[in-house]
Amino acid sequence: MQTTLKVNGKTERLDLDPRTTLLDALREHLHLTGTKKGCDHGQCGACTVIVEGKRINSCLTLAVMHDGDAIKTIEGLGTPGDLHPMQKAFVTHDGYQCGYCTPGQICSAVAVLDELKAGIPSHVSADLDKIAFSRDEIVERMSGNICRCGAYSNIFEAIADVAGEKA
Amino acid sequence: MPLKFDTPAGINPIDRQNVIGRPQDRLDGPLKVSGLAPYAYERHDVAPDAAYGVMVGSAIATGRIVHIDAADAEAAPGVIAVVTAANAGPLKKADSHTAKLLAGPEVEHFDQAVALVVAETFEQARDAAKLVRVDYAPGKGRFDLAKEKDGAPLSPDGFAKAASKAGDFEAGFKKAPVKIDQTYSTPDQAHAMMEPHATTARWDGDQLTLWTSNQMIAWSVRDTATTLGIDKSKVRLVSPYVGGGFGSKLWIRADALLAALGAKATGRAVKVALARPQIYNNTTHRPATIQRIRIGADKDGVIDAIGHESWSGDLPGGGAEIAAIQTRQLYGGANRMTAHYLATLDLPEGNAMRAPGEAVGLLALEIAMDELAEKVGVDPVELRIRNDVQYDPEKGPSVPFSSRKLVECLRTGAERFGWDRRNPKPGQMRDGRWLVGMGMAVAFRGAPATKSAARIIVDGKGRVTVETDMTDIGTGSYTILGQTAAEMMGVPLDHVTVNLGDSNFPASSGSGGQWGAASSTAGVYAACVAARAAIAQKAGFNADDADFVDGHVVAGNRRVKLGDAAGPDGVTVVDQIEFGDLSKKFAQATFGAHFVEVGVDVETCEVRIRRMGGAFAAGRILNPKSARSQVIGAMTMGIGAALMEELIVDTRFGYFVNHDMAEYHVPVHADVPHQDVFFVDELDDKATPLKAKGVGELGICGAGAAVANAIYNATGVRLRDYPLTLDKILEGLETA
Repeated sequence: MQTTLKVNGKTERLDLDPRTTLLDALREHLHLTGTKKGCDHGQCGACTVIVEGKRINSCLTLAVMHDGDAIKTIEGLGTPGDLHPMQKAFVTHDGYQCGYCTPGQICSAVAVLDELKAGIPSHVSADLDKIAFSRDEIVERMSGNICRCGAYSNIFEAIADVAGEKA
Repeated sequence: MPLKFDTPAGINPIDRQNVIGRPQDRLDGPLKVSGLAPYAYERHDVAPDAAYGVMVGSAIATGRIVHIDAADAEAAPGVIAVVTAANAGPLKKADSHTAKLLAGPEVEHFDQAVALVVAETFEQARDAAKLVRVDYAPGKGRFDLAKEKDGAPLSPDGFAKAASKAGDFEAGFKKAPVKIDQTYSTPDQAHAMMEPHATTARWDGDQLTLWTSNQMIAWSVRDTATTLGIDKSKVRLVSPYVGGGFGSKLWIRADALLAALGAKATGRAVKVALARPQIYNNTTHRPATIQRIRIGADKDGVIDAIGHESWSGDLPGGGAEIAAIQTRQLYGGANRMTAHYLATLDLPEGNAMRAPGEAVGLLALEIAMDELAEKVGVDPVELRIRNDVQYDPEKGPSVPFSSRKLVECLRTGAERFGWDRRNPKPGQMRDGRWLVGMGMAVAFRGAPATKSAARIIVDGKGRVTVETDMTDIGTGSYTILGQTAAEMMGVPLDHVTVNLGDSNFPASSGSGGQWGAASSTAGVYAACVAARAAIAQKAGFNADDADFVDGHVVAGNRRVKLGDAAGPDGVTVVDQIEFGDLSKKFAQATFGAHFVEVGVDVETCEVRIRRMGGAFAAGRILNPKSARSQVIGAMTMGIGAALMEELIVDTRFGYFVNHDMAEYHVPVHADVPHQDVFFVDELDDKATPLKAKGVGELGICGAGAAVANAIYNATGVRLRDYPLTLDKILEGLETA
C-alpha cells in the first residue's frame, strides 16, 4: 500500500505491506532505528514517537493508518552535535544506562511537558483545571516507559531540569 | 608480557585522580540519546539485504518432536527457508548450555526453539512461523520445586562449593540461648532487559560474523564455534551496544545460533530477534529458592552458630542458585554451615541473574537478622555492627578482608537516612491512610577479578585509542576505560577513543558477576603501562623516570609532546592483567547498607516506597556518576524483587505463564522515589592496580530485604515468601 509519512519534517513515500507497524516502517524501511522495539506489544514504551504532537506506542499502530501524518522520532529531536535540551539533560543527569529505552523515554518526556502546558490532566491530578508540574505528575505520566536498568530517579531529575523545576 | 597483580598496589598514576574518580558524562551518551547507537538488530550498515528470521518455540515442556510439517510455511509468500534440527546439520551443545539451543527430536523445555522461518520481510516470516505444524509426543515433567525439594542432593560444585562448614553448627545452635529457625522462599525471576535477544548473522565463505547482543564476547565465540563445529578463528562477534543484560546475555542464545543457521541455509545475511513473549521460557531465568536459616545467638544478639541451606531446581546437568554464599562471610560466629541442594526440574534453564546467590540469599538472611534483632531487643543496625568480622569467618583470622567498611556504611547510611526516627515497635507510625515503617538490610557482594587484555594505540597527534572486547551493557564501561587510559597516558578524556565489543580486539573479562569494571580497567592499565614503556623508549627516555602528564612525556628537564614521542607512525601495544593469589590470601568483597521507608495503605495494603537510600563501599569509585547509576538501578531491581517480580509456574504443563512485560511486573517510574546513594571512601590496594572493585551488583543485594523489614515495621506482618504482594499483607493483618 502506498503511504506517505512526514517523518522529522521530511516527506517519505513508502510502499508497505499493510501489516507493517509504524515502528517497523521507521526501523526497517526508513532505517530510523533510534525508535526501539522492546516488546512489540505496547507494554514497554521503548517505541514511543510523537505523532501529530501526541506520543504514541508506534508498535501498536499500523503505518498505513498514518497516511499524511507528521511523525517526530528521536532522530528528529536533535543530533549528537546539536542535542535537544531533553537529550542533553539525560546525558547530564545520567538518565539512562543501556540506552535501549532511552529514545522512548526522551520522546515521552518531551511530550509530557507539552501535556502539562496544554493543561491535560492525568490520573493523579488533584484539580482537573490546574495542571502543574510535580513529581507525582511526572512519574505517573512516565510510567508507560519501562527502564529495566532502573534510571528512574535520574530521569525525573533530567525532566525537572528541562522544565525549570527543582528536582 | 602480562602484568601480574600479585602484590598490593603502590602509588601509581591512577592516584592522581585528574580524570578517574571524577563524575564524567558517558562517552556513549550523545549517541544513545539521539538514537544513533546501533544495536544488534539495527545493522543495516553491514547487512543491508538481511532476510528476517522468526523462531518457532516448543509447545510442550518435555517429550519428543514426532514430525515437523513445514510445507505450508515454505509455500507462504516470501519464505526463503525453514530451518529445523532435521536439516540444520550436526550441532553440538557447548558446556555453557544446559539445554540445547535448537530442540529435536528431544524437547527439554517449553519454548525451546524447534524451527526458524526465514522470509523476505518480518511480516511474512512472522505469519509463516504460525504455519509450521509440529507433532509432539509429550513426556512427563517435574515442575514444582516444593514437591521435588525433599531428597534433593547437594548440587555439584560450580562457581562456589556446594557446602561449607566451620566449627560445629549443630552443637552451637543447640546450646544457643536465642534461636531463629525460619524458612523463606523466593520465586523464579526474569532479567526482562529492554532489548530482546537479537542477532544479525552473515557468512563470508566459511567465516561467520554475528552482530549480537552479548555480555561475554570471548566465551560466546568459543560457544558459537563449539555449537557449529567450526574453528574459533572462523567466528567473529560484534557487540558494541547491549540493551541490558543482567546475566541473560552471558551466553549465546537461540537467536545467535538460528541466525547463523538461517544465513547458512539462505546464503543471505539473516537477522533474528526473539519476540518478547518467547524470551521468558526460551532463555534463562533466576531460579526460585526455598531457604532455611538458623541462627543461634546470645542474649545480646552476638551470633555463635549460623546455618543457611538453600534448595533450587534446574534441568538435568544444570546448577544451583547459590543463595547461601554471603552467609559464609558476612557475620561472625564460631559454628557455621551452608549447603546448596539441587532438585531436577524440567522448567526452562536456570542461570545467572544480577548477583546470582547474594541477591536472593540476602532477601532471606536479612529478614532473619531483623527477626533476631527484634527477639533480642537490639537495634537492627547495632546488631549488624555487633556481628561484624574483619576476617573470613570460615577460615579464621589468617584470612583477613582486604578491606571491609561495613560498619562505616551502616553508621553513615543510618545517619543520612534518619534511622534514629524509627520506632522499633511495629505498626506505630501513621501518615493519613498510610501505615509507615522503616527497614534496613546489609548489602554484600563478592569482588572477583579476572584476566583482561586491551590494545592501546597512541598516534602522532597524541590521541589515544583503547580497543578491547569488553562490553558496555549500560554499566559505563566506555567511560571508565577511557578515564583509565586518559589518567595513565596523561591526556584529557576527550583525547581518548574507546572501541569495545568486537572479538577482533584483545579478550577482556567481559561483563558479568560484578567483575567487569575492576578487571577491564586493570587490563587497560596494564596495556597503558606497556604503552608508556614503549613510548618512553622510542623517545629516548629512561622508562622508569618518564612521567606522562598534561599531554607530555616528562623526565627531569626534558618535556616532549606525547604525539611527538609516539612518532608519526604511532605506538601500538597489547597487554593483559593477570591476578595472582591475593584473592586467596585475603577475602574480597563489597559492602553496603540499605535503608527504606514504606507506606502501606491501611485499607488495600498497597505498598509504596517513600524513601530509599544507602551507603556503599566498593574500593575506588572510578566514575561516581555511572557508579551511582549502577547502584540506583540495582536498588530498583531490589524493589521489584521485594514487591512484584515473580514468574508463575504452570505446574501442569511446565512453563512460566506470565511471559511478557504486561504480566511479569517490574518497577516503573511511579514505583521509585529519589534514591540517595553515598560511597564511603575506600581504596582497596589488594583488589586491582586501580584499587577498585565492581559495583554493578552490590545495590540489588539486600535492597529487597530492607523493603520487607520496612513492611514489618509498618504493619507487624512478617512475610517470608517473596514477592510481598498486598494479598499476603492483608491476610497477615486479618489474622494478627
